[in-house]
Amino acid sequence: MQSALHIDEKDNLVTCLREIKKGETINIEGKDYTANADIPVFHKMAIADIKKGENCMKYGQIIGTATVDIHTGDYVHVHNCESTRGRGDRK
Amino acid sequence: MFITAKAQEAEATESEENIIMKLMGYKRENGRYGIRNHLLIIPASVCSSETAVNIAKLVDGAIAIPHQHGCCEIGDDFDTTKRTLVGFGKNPNVGAVLVVGLGCEGIQAKDIADEIKTTGKPVEYIVIQEEGGTAKTVSKGVEIAGKMAREISKQNKVEFDISEIILGLECGGSDPTSGLASNPSIGVASDMLVSMGGSSILSETTEVIGAEHLLYPRFEDENEGKKFLEMVKRVENRSIAAGHDLREGQPTPGNKAGGLTTIEEKSLGCMHKAGHSPFKGTLEYAEELPTNKKGLYFMDTPGQDIDSITGMVAGGAQVIVFSTGRGTPTGSPIAPVIKITGNSSTYNNMIDNIDINAGKIITEGVKLQDLGQELFDKIVDVCNGEMPKAEALGHREFGIFRTGFTY
Repeated sequence: MQSALHIDEKDNLVTCLREIKKGETINIEGKDYTANADIPVFHKMAIADIKKGENCMKYGQIIGTATVDIHTGDYVHVHNCESTRGRGDRK
Repeated sequence: MFITAKAQEAEATESEENIIMKLMGYKRENGRYGIRNHLLIIPASVCSSETAVNIAKLVDGAIAIPHQHGCCEIGDDFDTTKRTLVGFGKNPNVGAVLVVGLGCEGIQAKDIADEIKTTGKPVEYIVIQEEGGTAKTVSKGVEIAGKMAREISKQNKVEFDISEIILGLECGGSDPTSGLASNPSIGVASDMLVSMGGSSILSETTEVIGAEHLLYPRFEDENEGKKFLEMVKRVENRSIAAGHDLREGQPTPGNKAGGLTTIEEKSLGCMHKAGHSPFKGTLEYAEELPTNKKGLYFMDTPGQDIDSITGMVAGGAQVIVFSTGRGTPTGSPIAPVIKITGNSSTYNNMIDNIDINAGKIITEGVKLQDLGQELFDKIVDVCNGEMPKAEALGHREFGIFRTGFTY
């Protein structure tokens, strides 16, 4: 079983299919990536640098915006990626 | 190597077309077919709910649907409650209906009964204030319901075509495996049913936010497609107009713990339940699916599972498939609910609640097409009478969607 799933070529995120430990290097489509943090199973890792305000991509689609600069190998979740939809708090 | 859901979907063929499949069920007076033969006790309002429950307790096989609605509701909420209660009575899985009213509530028992009667099935109503209190109402209700139970027990199953089936599609307690394995499996099964002339309902408007641009082009009728986009916008605007951050409720804490970060990510996984069939049209919450124009529909329901399933069953769905990542036990009072998970750990953790493990796609490399077939076979068995786990454990959760206040 592969370690992570890269669903679409446009995706800058992969879904980890098992728990990945900080410092662990995994191979995705022939390229090595080293995790910068522990990443739980089925959570996401960045496989490209994503600047603050840029789109986070999965399924070839936008799933949110980076709230800080995200680096290759970073764990990506609610601490650094946010939804842009239904945000009445931003009125 | 693990093959992505997307790649496997591309392998799907149209080989299911022209297959005729027969099921066994109960023919109703209006020509529809039920896969169960329930006796339903409907409270017209919250005020008659306990009395309805007490009647159901005394009659074998009777099911009551207690709720918190039916009085001092206005506008959309009044219409939604009435449509839901009437829709449950009209659902072909119901053989006979007793409506129990208090007497002074906004939605009158007689009005509900009259609308259900248009199906031709046996329907009666009683009113607590007219009978003279709880004891007399329960006594008379048991007399009526007992007779109905004996009558519907005489009905035999007959053969009918699978194209008569309306399948409700639901997901709840999602995690990232839902979008990778269980929802795509549901999509395969739904496409099979639709290719055989049956119908499916995609629901949960909140969980379309962020994926609407992918579903919109699949509407055959442009006006229906526009209506679909308006439904999604309406939900998003409700949150924005109230000054709320949708993130307070969506994704849920469990979704996030499982690895879903945003509503967009959740929606992009949810939409796989609709497979690849074209959309025939949109339905308001609990609106009856037109049986003269079968196929895939979208119904405007909330992301909350119970309210959503209730809306689809009121719209005529006889059976529900429900994918879950975190695991959930819920069912429906009158329609069997089949559970499928994409997470093998969840399957093993909640094995008494979950019927099918689509996690095998991820952990064992089982092909999506094969898992879709396994689910489809389970749907057929359940339509023919097999109890899925939620039904066997007596899960009968019921909830009516509301958007306004109680006045």
